[in-house]
Amino acid sequence: MSGEAQAGAVLGGLAGSEELEQRRPPQAPRRRRVGLGDWLLPVYVTIAFVFLLIPIAYTFVFSFNDSIKSNISWRGFTFDKWLNVCNVEGGAVCEAFGNSIVIALVSTVAATTLGTMIAIALVRYRFRARSAISLLLFLPMATPEVVLGAGLAAQFLAVGVPKDMLTIILAHTMFCISFVVVTVKARVASLDPALEEAGRDLYGSPRAVFWRVTFPLLVPGIMAAALLAFALSFDDFIITNFNSGSVTTFPKYVYISASRGIPAEANVIASAVFILALAIVVIAQVSRAARAKRLANAAG
Amino acid sequence: MAFAAFATTEAQPQAPRKRSRIALLLLLPGILYLVLFFLTPLISLLLTSLQAPSEFGDIGMYDYAFNWQNYVDVVNAYWPHILRSFGYALAATVLALVISYPIAYFIGVKARRRPLLQSLLLVLVIAPFFISFLLRTLAWKQILSDESIIITSLKALSLLAPDAYFTGTPFAVIFGLTYNFIPFMTLPLYTTLERLDTRYLEAGSDLYANPVTVFRKVTIPLSMPGIVAGTLLTFIPAAGDYVNASRDFLGGPDTQMMGNVIEANFLVLLNYPAAAALSIILMAAILVLVGVYVKRSGTEDLL
Repeated sequence: MSGEAQAGAVLGGLAGSEELEQRRPPQAPRRRRVGLGDWLLPVYVTIAFVFLLIPIAYTFVFSFNDSIKSNISWRGFTFDKWLNVCNVEGGAVCEAFGNSIVIALVSTVAATTLGTMIAIALVRYRFRARSAISLLLFLPMATPEVVLGAGLAAQFLAVGVPKDMLTIILAHTMFCISFVVVTVKARVASLDPALEEAGRDLYGSPRAVFWRVTFPLLVPGIMAAALLAFALSFDDFIITNFNSGSVTTFPKYVYISASRGIPAEANVIASAVFILALAIVVIAQVSRAARAKRLANAAG
Repeated sequence: MAFAAFATTEAQPQAPRKRSRIALLLLLPGILYLVLFFLTPLISLLLTSLQAPSEFGDIGMYDYAFNWQNYVDVVNAYWPHILRSFGYALAATVLALVISYPIAYFIGVKARRRPLLQSLLLVLVIAPFFISFLLRTLAWKQILSDESIIITSLKALSLLAPDAYFTGTPFAVIFGLTYNFIPFMTLPLYTTLERLDTRYLEAGSDLYANPVTVFRKVTIPLSMPGIVAGTLLTFIPAAGDYVNASRDFLGGPDTQMMGNVIEANFLVLLNYPAAAALSIILMAAILVLVGVYVKRSGTEDLL
């Protein structure tokens, strides 16, 4: 799961990094020598990407399958499943999808708020229990999800809390906080202190400097963290499975229906989410690359 | 990156000591939340793992006790699952490293001067994250099922024995784990390789090292932080995973891992102490392995 922090870093064309350019070490002019690596590596990388994308293509293609019950063999092309997503099994797929969206939205807001506050405190203030707090933030990312899920479920059981939507949201907020802290912290640390100094020099009160200067500069990082938290929560299955009771989320729906065959409508939802997410990230990345190019050109 | 992110703890240049009340207010809600919903559950788990069945209770009723026997019982009952979990996770981690390193090298070093290509390749690496993890795994199951085109044509070409099958085998589970965690390996590798100063590589070849030696003595050591982070990010979730090994996905009855038995004991058999004891064993084993590994690989500052 933790790797998705990386995904967040990439999602972060939104996290924006003009500092990307400075980070890059200077390059010596390259000597031209055509070696094995010049063609072997690109060929390998192409094959690897095809391999990575096969299941995505498969899921997408089978969202157009004119399947009856289970969506395993190809029976012909149709748009029906896209047009009538909610008509299967009394709308069970859509209900699960809706639950996932609500859970992801609420836990994203909660985790992003709590995580951003921690990130600011960690970078800007000195306090004693620093290493203990760092450890407390690191551990949830180093703990297997099945342990996190079973632990929370054991706690809810001991306290006698019934499992429902709320317990899922509590669980998701918990594991998202650390990822938000990591993502936002990087942004806070890379802020140019001169900008805040300028704000103070212009007689801004600490409060005004924070809300008019610091916070707007942090927004891209916070947005990236929120997107990451949303993605983590939306796709989480293991922790959800332990804390959901009878509530079904989209991944849980897929897991439960796996034994009797998944309807093509699940592929429709997954494909739609994929296209949307990809569009957001491609736009962010392209605009970041364009900005980097502009900066490079401006620098000569 | 996730593991390195907490490395830069001390040495905050201009952190003012004043206004520590604000720091407390900023920290308190989040930290309290983690204590309540992360730390206490771990303690609950530990207590649950020591529970004994209620004397007059129904199935699923347990009393707090000090029943160390639970640990002995689960190890006796599930030692193959425990070994399998770590074996599969190790195999998947090594495979993912071998597959990902060239990808990360290409994106981070070779594609360096083309920011657009670099960005698009990175998007492709994380693209699998945008489609449900479970559907991805199911897609592989169907692509590689006995009736699928790939398997039937391999059999027709006699490249595969007529009675051979793929899904349900340990190989399929390791394949699934490897596939699912390749992005987790590639991204941290990319992050370090992207910063690799290629002048060191040139210095190596100027000193008459052949490309293999340069790779072994210069590139690998310089990318060690990425290798450590990537292997941890792959190994930890892989060891606890139970989707790939599940019977409805890529696994079979003989490929069940620790996650599967924890799930079964907790959610089906309602044997909470056994599930809790197994979780504690998994967590302890991972913490010990991670600690030793990070020490041995000489990148202690990661933690």
